[in-house]
Amino acid sequence: MAGTAVRGRLTWQTATVDDVTAETASVRSITLGVPDWAGHAAGQHLDVRLTAEDGYTAERSYSIASAPGEPVEITVERLDDGEVSPYLTDELRPGDEIEIRGPIGGYFIWPGDNPGAELLLVAGGSGVVPFRSMLRHRQNVDSAVPVRLLYSARSLPDVIYRAELDAAPAGVEIVYTLTRQQPPGWQGHTGRVGAPLLAEVAWPAGDAPLAYVCGPTPFVESVASALVDLGYPAGRVKTERYGGVGVS
Amino acid sequence: MEQSVGPAAIEDWTLDGNAIGGLLHDVFGTEMTAAVGTCTTCGTTAPMAETVVYLRAPGTVVRCRTCTAVLMVVVQRGEQHCVSLSGLTELEPR
Repeated sequence: MAGTAVRGRLTWQTATVDDVTAETASVRSITLGVPDWAGHAAGQHLDVRLTAEDGYTAERSYSIASAPGEPVEITVERLDDGEVSPYLTDELRPGDEIEIRGPIGGYFIWPGDNPGAELLLVAGGSGVVPFRSMLRHRQNVDSAVPVRLLYSARSLPDVIYRAELDAAPAGVEIVYTLTRQQPPGWQGHTGRVGAPLLAEVAWPAGDAPLAYVCGPTPFVESVASALVDLGYPAGRVKTERYGGVGVS
Repeated sequence: MEQSVGPAAIEDWTLDGNAIGGLLHDVFGTEMTAAVGTCTTCGTTAPMAETVVYLRAPGTVVRCRTCTAVLMVVVQRGEQHCVSLSGLTELEPR
């Protein structure tokens, strides 16, 4: 769990695919049965390893989408030139087995018990995945921490977990910005997450909020520095960057 | 604690230390993304999660987000990890 160093080797184990769900045209959620799962914190990852017949292996790290205590679930975006993600999104079927290890990470996690600190979550694209775990965890532990999720997606059909986010409980505000395409009559935000939008949506820095930013590297760089410009102490802005080409 | 969240000149395709949590666990035998490292070159202290990570290099190269000096290099040889930590003055698990 958070901040606790668990010593010992992180071992690869075989997980069974229990379910595959389409989230968007290019995104799938995969529920895994893991016999030896130690339990995870909200925001942690797991590594997936694929081995080809000739012994070539490819490893990728994926955020865990489910809350602590729930069955292990990852959400994977298909990257056309990826080595791993097309297999996970297109080929995997219930009953298949894959190698995983985890849970991994002790930095980009939300323990669920930061009383008084408002939570700001800023997601770019599939950077929303760890936040889904955090939001479910908030609900499961009956946390009253006020949360704002600012979620940048290309278009409404690209929004992952949309039904779940639109049904967010009291105390959780979801703010979308659609960068490339908006439906007719869209009243929400458009364009990239920049300083003006953050100034409007982010909790005032004076309230000592805690911010988590997850998305592609350039997105995280610009959002994190804009938050610091708004007065957020750098130590209260936790970041996680994921790659595109070559790191799928 | 001082932590950098975004000076210029970091390539778009780089990752951060979160992405190598599994590898670091392998090397050190414990969770290390929250571990705080001190850069030998510029003295910045930051969690390993905030470092700049290059997975495309031969091996894994970890750089300081403030001054871009190399903090750590991990190269896998068969079942062994060869690790250079010469860019770190200190590395403290949390």
